Amino acid sequence: MTPSRSHKTTPSYTPTQNACKMCTPLGATLVFQGIEGCVPLLHGSQGCSTYMRRYLISHFKEPVDIASSNFTEETAVFGGGANLKLAIENVARQYSPEMIGIATTCLSETIGDDVPLILNSMGNAIDGTALVHVSTPSYTGTHVDGFHGAVAAVVDRFNPAGKKIVYRPKKKKKINLFPGMLSNEDLRHLKDVFADFHVPVTILPDYSERLEGPSWQEYQAIQKGGTPVSAIEKMNVAVHSMELGSVLGLMAEKGTQTAGTILSKRFGIPCTRLPIPIGVKATDRFLDALSQISGRPVPERYKKEKWRLVDAYVDGNKYVSKKRALIYGEEDFVVSMAGFLAEVGIIPVICASGGKSKTFNQALEAILPETLIDQIVIQNDMDFTCMEETAAGMPENLRPQIIIGNSKGYAMARRLKIPLVRVGFPIHDRVGGSRILHIGYKGAQQLFDNIVNTILTARQTESRVGYSYM
Amino acid sequence: MTGERTHTVNPEDIKKEILAKYPPKVARKRAKQITPVTSDEKDGLQVGANVRTVPGIITQRGCCYAGCKGVIMGPTRDIINLTHGPIGCGFYSWLTRRNQTRPPSDDAENYMTYCFSTDMQDEDIVFGGEKKLKAAIQEAYDIFKPKAISIFSTCPVGLIGDDVHAAAREMKEKLGINIFGFSCEGYKGVSQSAGHHIANNTIFKHVVGLDDTVMDAKYKINLLGEYNIGGDGFIIDELLNKCGIELVSTFSGNSTVDQFANCHTADLNAVMCHRSINYVADMLETKYGIPWIKVSFTGPTSTINSLRKIAAYFEDQELIDRVEEVIAEEMIPVEAKIKEVKERCQGKTAMMFVGGSRAHHYQELFRDIGMKVLSAGYEFAHRDDYEGRHVIPDIKVDADSRNIEELTIEKDETRYNPRKTEEEMKALEEKGYPFKSYDGLIPEMNAGSLIIDDISHHETETLIAMYKPDIFCAGIKEKYAIQKHGIPMKQLHSYDTGGPYAVFKGAVNFFEEIDRMLNANIWQYLEAPWQKAPELSAKYVWE
Repeated sequence: MTPSRSHKTTPSYTPTQNACKMCTPLGATLVFQGIEGCVPLLHGSQGCSTYMRRYLISHFKEPVDIASSNFTEETAVFGGGANLKLAIENVARQYSPEMIGIATTCLSETIGDDVPLILNSMGNAIDGTALVHVSTPSYTGTHVDGFHGAVAAVVDRFNPAGKKIVYRPKKKKKINLFPGMLSNEDLRHLKDVFADFHVPVTILPDYSERLEGPSWQEYQAIQKGGTPVSAIEKMNVAVHSMELGSVLGLMAEKGTQTAGTILSKRFGIPCTRLPIPIGVKATDRFLDALSQISGRPVPERYKKEKWRLVDAYVDGNKYVSKKRALIYGEEDFVVSMAGFLAEVGIIPVICASGGKSKTFNQALEAILPETLIDQIVIQNDMDFTCMEETAAGMPENLRPQIIIGNSKGYAMARRLKIPLVRVGFPIHDRVGGSRILHIGYKGAQQLFDNIVNTILTARQTESRVGYSYM
Repeated sequence: MTGERTHTVNPEDIKKEILAKYPPKVARKRAKQITPVTSDEKDGLQVGANVRTVPGIITQRGCCYAGCKGVIMGPTRDIINLTHGPIGCGFYSWLTRRNQTRPPSDDAENYMTYCFSTDMQDEDIVFGGEKKLKAAIQEAYDIFKPKAISIFSTCPVGLIGDDVHAAAREMKEKLGINIFGFSCEGYKGVSQSAGHHIANNTIFKHVVGLDDTVMDAKYKINLLGEYNIGGDGFIIDELLNKCGIELVSTFSGNSTVDQFANCHTADLNAVMCHRSINYVADMLETKYGIPWIKVSFTGPTSTINSLRKIAAYFEDQELIDRVEEVIAEEMIPVEAKIKEVKERCQGKTAMMFVGGSRAHHYQELFRDIGMKVLSAGYEFAHRDDYEGRHVIPDIKVDADSRNIEELTIEKDETRYNPRKTEEEMKALEEKGYPFKSYDGLIPEMNAGSLIIDDISHHETETLIAMYKPDIFCAGIKEKYAIQKHGIPMKQLHSYDTGGPYAVFKGAVNFFEEIDRMLNANIWQYLEAPWQKAPELSAKYVWE
């Protein structure tokens, strides 16, 4: 294989065709869904909340409520303060929430509404409901930035500098975990891991119950589940924080304020930053780190899961070895997915994301062997059209044979006639998107089986004979 | 799931219960949009509509951009729809409405699976985005060579003062293809209805009348306000063809830009969704002399009436006879299905909160299988869609309606051609032929039912708790909350994955679907809250 080092970083077109990213406030509203008793509120046009609701709903297939300050033309001209206050009052009255999470939109940001000032004038609370604001102009960054921004804003609001530490537990050493944008099943898996380690943890956000709940015996104004505000308020007494995501880690090193940096700066809580644990190596690192922080050994069941996984890698290697993949999605997700593919012998020939953190290349270089880096095309700030053109323009022997990512790549996969394995967010043309497990040995096991079986299905379908014994 | 009814549900009580949760100002506002139907005497009932949603009340409404780009222009396959704004708006409206299209061949133009956006960044907001917009148009042209490009403005565009219309004019001149812009910023108007208006006006101004070719067909009509959700448009087209009636254009299901350009050559406009398009029918009549009638192809009775109405308009015995033949033939499987399904659905109850016409049109399908509608309302309708067209002169013009452009239309100097003389029109009207007539939703509603406009999440919950319907119809935003209560929920915006539900064939599909939903095994594993506590169950005032 000829090395084709071409680290393309900008798309060649002016317009974005078939974007591989969503807008900033969407990520913030997802975080707010993961806080107990929280109602998200978008400061802008009602269409923003309607669009984001329907988008989250089509993935999670669960109720998602997002309120809006319903701008009118006059609001757009004279400012949105009065609308915002009214919206907050009405949400508080109808839902009696613990917290209202307020995210801005391109509209309120363009006219320059000073949301912190408006909230300050209300005392940052109403009838015991905390008001938390995150700035999310849709023309800056992607939904991932909105997600991390909201996590940081919530931690900042409930853990102000100089907060008097009233309680420091001696026996139970609690850990803060900022998992990033994972699936419901991933979040449930993380909770299992911490339970098996006997380590108490506060995961922020945790939408795994609220966005995958049972049928109701009684009406729930706000669905149950989520990280309690009372737990977020105690994050400053934890012994350690963990932040998942390679790109997020690099950004934090370069000075971006994250939840982890806030807690370490204000309260001296050390923060361990790790890639999202997809695959054997990344899961090893995660469990080892947890073992070190907690002073407890890795539980036996994970060792067994690992050896079953490695055994499966060996058995399935003949199907995947040297296969070529195109992967896309959020930068952190793609980095960890690339690491996993590399360890099973698949070459991630195109690693693409709509994000543009400027640390995507660096994160991939850190996770992939140097020999592999030379064979792949890394594209950030990328849309599906450029991705498709890159794939179609590759010589036959370098072109991807499998595509791994969310539902939005379907049209591309269809035109390229390459099978698509659906992972990540959003998945709206299959059921169970929120139940996909990506992380841990078990997640890697499921991904591996799914990828191998997709390759086998393609081989079977292409076969003129129809062998059933491959 | 129909529990034993032991007390009476009075719609006035439900209204009170709903309003109790609101602050006085909000309650006063909402009171006007909630109308109990207490008796069969329905004259003078009013429903406040097309008014702003109160901030913080979770509405199901979309924005102006959504109505313009997603609803009206979304189903047209050969126009490149370019969103001028940050990425979200384009992304969320990318192929999410299940409006189907059927290009004549695999390589025919079809941009519906694409999502084009200028993806505005900080610097575009600060320095203006027109340059980027023009470059984007140029590139879209270079790559695809489309017949037409349209530009949709999102919220920040209006605020930073980008002139999309000037950019469109300039690029139209430069490239020699039709290019036009929509000022459909999300904050404009009350709901997506404003966007429908802006879209239709723009198409009327920039496309309609560009091609005078007359189709070689005896009975040529346009179908207005049919968006081909789940393939409805396909089977309507099929049925009309079977009768010998040809569609010049459909606004805008399965449409092309050429159809719009040519639509003024049709001899009759049949309006399906009154809300989204009645003004286009008016403009086509004023400018070109094409009369319009209201039709509905939802439900067998409405379909029969609509076919007969069209045939009666052409006053040709051959067509009238052919229509009767088709009706007789098509009704056989419909009657068989009704007989089968009615046994299992009779006496059950439904609610529907959808659209600007479907909450009306779909009532008939439920009635056909013996079901009652307890409550209904629209998401984005105006008063005339509830009360009928006679209220139009009384509708107050407010700030929100004022900022949607009204076109002043005059007779086309050369092409105005009244399809019927005044005397012919009058003769038909005297025989009871209803030109330009729509009575709205109210006549459909039973005594004891409740009409709610722009229903909120909280109101939905109250309705469910008090009325305990057997099935609820709305959209995806309500779907999963309703189903948490153990009540089947049918999407009537997108039809879930089902459809078509139009005309005779679609009615059969719909009856099967409702039967499946009401009588599926899965519900036995769930319990609605009032099934555990039978004292909560209800009786209706008409019982």
